[in-house]
Amino acid sequence: MKGYIVINKEICKECHLCISVCNRDCISPSTEYNLKGYHPVFYNDNGKCNGCGLCATICPDVAIEVYRER
Amino acid sequence: MKKIFSRPKSLKDAPFHYCPGCGHSIAHRLICEVIDELDIRGIAIGVPPAGCAVLAYNYLDIDMIESPHGRGPAMATGIKRMLPDRVVFSYQGDGDLAAIGIAESFHAANRGENITVIFINNAVYGMTGGQLAPTTTMGQRTTTSPLGRTRELEGYPVQVCELLSGLRGTTYIERCAVNTPANIMKTRRAIKKAFEYQMDNKGFTLVEILSPCPTNWKMSSVEACKWISDVMTKEFPLGVMKDIPSAQEKKAVAAHD
Ligand SMILES: Cc1ncc(C[n+]2csc(CCOP(=O)(O)OP(=O)(O)O)c2C)c(N)n1
Ligand code: SF4
Ligand code: SF4
Ligand code: SF4
Ligand SMILES: [Mg+2]
Repeated sequence: MKGYIVINKEICKECHLCISVCNRDCISPSTEYNLKGYHPVFYNDNGKCNGCGLCATICPDVAIEVYRER
Repeated sequence: MKKIFSRPKSLKDAPFHYCPGCGHSIAHRLICEVIDELDIRGIAIGVPPAGCAVLAYNYLDIDMIESPHGRGPAMATGIKRMLPDRVVFSYQGDGDLAAIGIAESFHAANRGENITVIFINNAVYGMTGGQLAPTTTMGQRTTTSPLGRTRELEGYPVQVCELLSGLRGTTYIERCAVNTPANIMKTRRAIKKAFEYQMDNKGFTLVEILSPCPTNWKMSSVEACKWISDVMTKEFPLGVMKDIPSAQEKKAVAAHD
């Protein structure tokens, strides 16, 4: 199954919980700043995302949308 | 491709004021997901507490009325008795429910009020700076137990689910956690079950949620989630503590067989 995610970097708070649960290495830390002063994570489009939604399930700030092939 | 996850409709488009990695945020989202799924946005009434979740009404797009510290179950009782066709829940922290509000919680449960309590156990007074709460674990360091909780000075952690399960008035009590995706999905199912029981007039329901407070635990968010698995669940085991309707159903099925 294939999928992808979209991260709203302005509401990301850099907790890295999404990174800790993605076992396909699709999310990476960044050094850029958002308006709140956090370093938002970014989607590392390595072709491996299967749209499992684990990242969005644990994201406290509802910063992740998940898309998946049906 | 199809969108399979986005913000629930009942959750306002407002960024949370909570710290990074805070379990309140996850709990709020789950409540909204269940409200959407059960299509009860127009009849749900929430009672937020004093505590970090004091501003919950800024996020949940339903009717909400703030309660004085610890008095959520009393307020919810009044609302539910006047408006029995609404789905009424209080949302309370451990300081709120198990310290200042223990009397209201205990007696609403004992009366078997047809309300739901969402109980956020983060083992500290989060909002006021991480003081010891009734649910602080043995040995846990807080700003008011700097050497760690001891039996001699502070006594044992209060196990709210076990305590209230012993009351004949309670219907459904489950302890969950929001520290892993699997536990988060279980928490969602528990909230849904509690609201459904309330809608079927089954009586008092409570869902305890072990919830990370990385700020006051002085941990990273990832460490805080792990601490729930490694330490907190030892003091507060997860699972269904009481489920009268399901037990009755099983009994009826067994009798039929
Ligand atoms: C009558 C009253 N006493 C004390 C307070 C101060 N106070 C605000 S929140 C709080 C405790 C919060 O802890 P908890 O209920 O665990 O919620 P958390 O912030 O951890 O989610 C206290 C003591 C208050 N607001 N009202
Ligand atoms: S949907 Fe699954 S695979 Fe894709 S980024 Fe999220 S956790 Fe990783
Ligand atoms: S879980 Fe959400 S808030 Fe935390 S780092 Fe990932 S996208 Fe950002
Ligand atoms: S202090 Fe703790 S409970 Fe309060 S918002 Fe921060 S992480 Fe959440
Ligand atoms: Mg607390």
